[in-house]
Amino acid sequence: MKLHEYQSKLIFSKYGIPIPKGRVAATAEAARQIAQELGGRAVIKAQVLVGGRGKAGGIKVAKDPNDAEQLATQILSMEIKGLPVRKVLVDEAASIETEIYLGITNDRAARRPVMMASAAGGVDIEEVARETPEKIIKVHIDPLLGLRDYQTRDIAAGIDLPRELWRDFNAIALALWKAYSENDATLAEINPLIINKEKKLVALDGKMLIDDNAMFRHADLAELRDIDEEAPAETEARKYGLSYIKLDGTIGCMVNGAGLAMTSMDVIKLFGGEPANFLDIGGGAGADKVAAAMKIILTDPNVKAVLFNIFGGITRCDEVAKGILVAMDEVKPKVPMVVRLVGTNAEEGRKLLENAHMITAETLADAAQKAVKAATK
Amino acid sequence: MSILIDKNTRLIVQGITGNEGMFHTQQMFAYGTNIVGGVTPGKGGEWVVNGKIPVFDSVKLAADATGANCSVIFVPAKFAPDAMFEAADAGISLIVCITEGVAVQDMMRVRNYLDQKRVRLVGPNCPGMLTPGESKVGIIPGNIAISGNVGVVSRSGTLTYEVLYAMKNLGLGASTCVGIGGDPVNGTNFIDVLDMFEHDAQTEKVVMIGEIGGTDEEKAAEFISKKMTKPVVSFIAGQTAPPGKRMGHAGAIIEGGAGTAADKIKALEAAGVKVAKHPEEIATLLK
Repeated sequence: MKLHEYQSKLIFSKYGIPIPKGRVAATAEAARQIAQELGGRAVIKAQVLVGGRGKAGGIKVAKDPNDAEQLATQILSMEIKGLPVRKVLVDEAASIETEIYLGITNDRAARRPVMMASAAGGVDIEEVARETPEKIIKVHIDPLLGLRDYQTRDIAAGIDLPRELWRDFNAIALALWKAYSENDATLAEINPLIINKEKKLVALDGKMLIDDNAMFRHADLAELRDIDEEAPAETEARKYGLSYIKLDGTIGCMVNGAGLAMTSMDVIKLFGGEPANFLDIGGGAGADKVAAAMKIILTDPNVKAVLFNIFGGITRCDEVAKGILVAMDEVKPKVPMVVRLVGTNAEEGRKLLENAHMITAETLADAAQKAVKAATK
Repeated sequence: MSILIDKNTRLIVQGITGNEGMFHTQQMFAYGTNIVGGVTPGKGGEWVVNGKIPVFDSVKLAADATGANCSVIFVPAKFAPDAMFEAADAGISLIVCITEGVAVQDMMRVRNYLDQKRVRLVGPNCPGMLTPGESKVGIIPGNIAISGNVGVVSRSGTLTYEVLYAMKNLGLGASTCVGIGGDPVNGTNFIDVLDMFEHDAQTEKVVMIGEIGGTDEEKAAEFISKKMTKPVVSFIAGQTAPPGKRMGHAGAIIEGGAGTAADKIKALEAAGVKVAKHPEEIATLLK
């Protein structure tokens, strides 16, 4: 789950990381009000869950409250990479002397979190990592011990931070680690962490990603999920415990198991088609889940054919077949359907579907070719 | 011979009285796996599967009473980390965690702790292991594979079944099939299993099924070219997966341009591995 900048910075601030004064606004009038409270000059920042807001014109400096209102009107009517801007953050304008990058993410190869810092802050860190990797200092954190004080000093020295700021930097780095571990983040990033004219460190921007698998212990964070920013079908799918991702092709897919679902997409492509979605109904799915999945697939108007690829293990093919029949009855699909059932109770499943006017297939390659043919008719 | 599990495996099931745990205990028992006990806190003293398998309150009690050397975990994701710590502290040397959805920071703590204790973990978020005709630890359907000389290692579940089934249809059997799981941080990786297959007398060829995300396949390719004498056939899922999206498995995500199927296929082919275009082709490439 992605958090907005304002949400991330509020969490950082709770752990003691200094952030600029400011608030979020959903209307231009509110933005004006906040700018007024901040003394006039303010930064208006689009709150959308994609990168590259600055380049897209979603971050502007306002010189007074009138200007703030005007700029907010402009930004609130923007779309950034297809996402409409629904909120802006109005922050006090900062006087920047130096921009630093500071972040924590999981290094899956090392099986540890890694803290990364760079004196080249304020720019895309992945670009820095590609072009000048020597400018990034990395310190792995023992997940059982946590970040140690000496490690924060190593980082401070590594990025040539002035010594008089080491103590403040240590507090910020430890707070960031605490925010990261206590909230089950998979990314917690301050970019930039600035040194201002008063020689103080301030987190000007913030970004957090939270592990969806840890939401059971973060009811407070679950409330922050911005479903306006998701494809509605993906929100609907999550309600049923389905894993669905919309793609641009014409062949809808319903498969059990994530690996097999990806593979089914690949095999469709191999035989000249384009998958319309990724959809894993999971292990042991019953009829209701299958019916829900089929409805979700068919809400996509690009779908010209649907491929069902079920390898029964825990999942029983007859249960899936029942779900398909329920959904066909409710949705009355107009597109051709190709079904391949193998494994547990496949025979019973096939019998149930005998009169359902579906195209049947023996192998995955066979099923994919039939689906591609059906979609191009 | 086989790797990790065989007829001498003495298995306990953590979460044996739950829905999933009980269903798969019955399946494993029917397959002939030597299940010596189960654990459900608060249900110690009961007997399950027609009175044939005793239930204990803790892994320690179960291990002391039965001499178990392997544990399979079927408890829900929020309790799974504790179940893994418990098994390791009770002296179990091989832990197989089937549970999907364990939080990644929990897994980092578990893995770092288990490494210190030199305990092997397979999974989580995996189908477990199968040594056809000898032992089944986990949820791989027993009837889709026959015994043979092909070692199979995979990050996926049903995709693996697909391959085992296609192999069986061509008369090809498996020495052992190991599902290492689809999470970003897991216990056993490709190289661990490839190394075991290389040293296993029964295994003559190896199938490695990977997918997008991380760089384990690239590292495996390097290992194959430097250390392996046995031929390896591979398949990589996710060639059509968009970047930045988690494709069902927590670990199946292309991040910052890294972890693409194209990179993995290129590395494997450079290491002399035959890479199949679709899973059913793996069986033909083994012939």
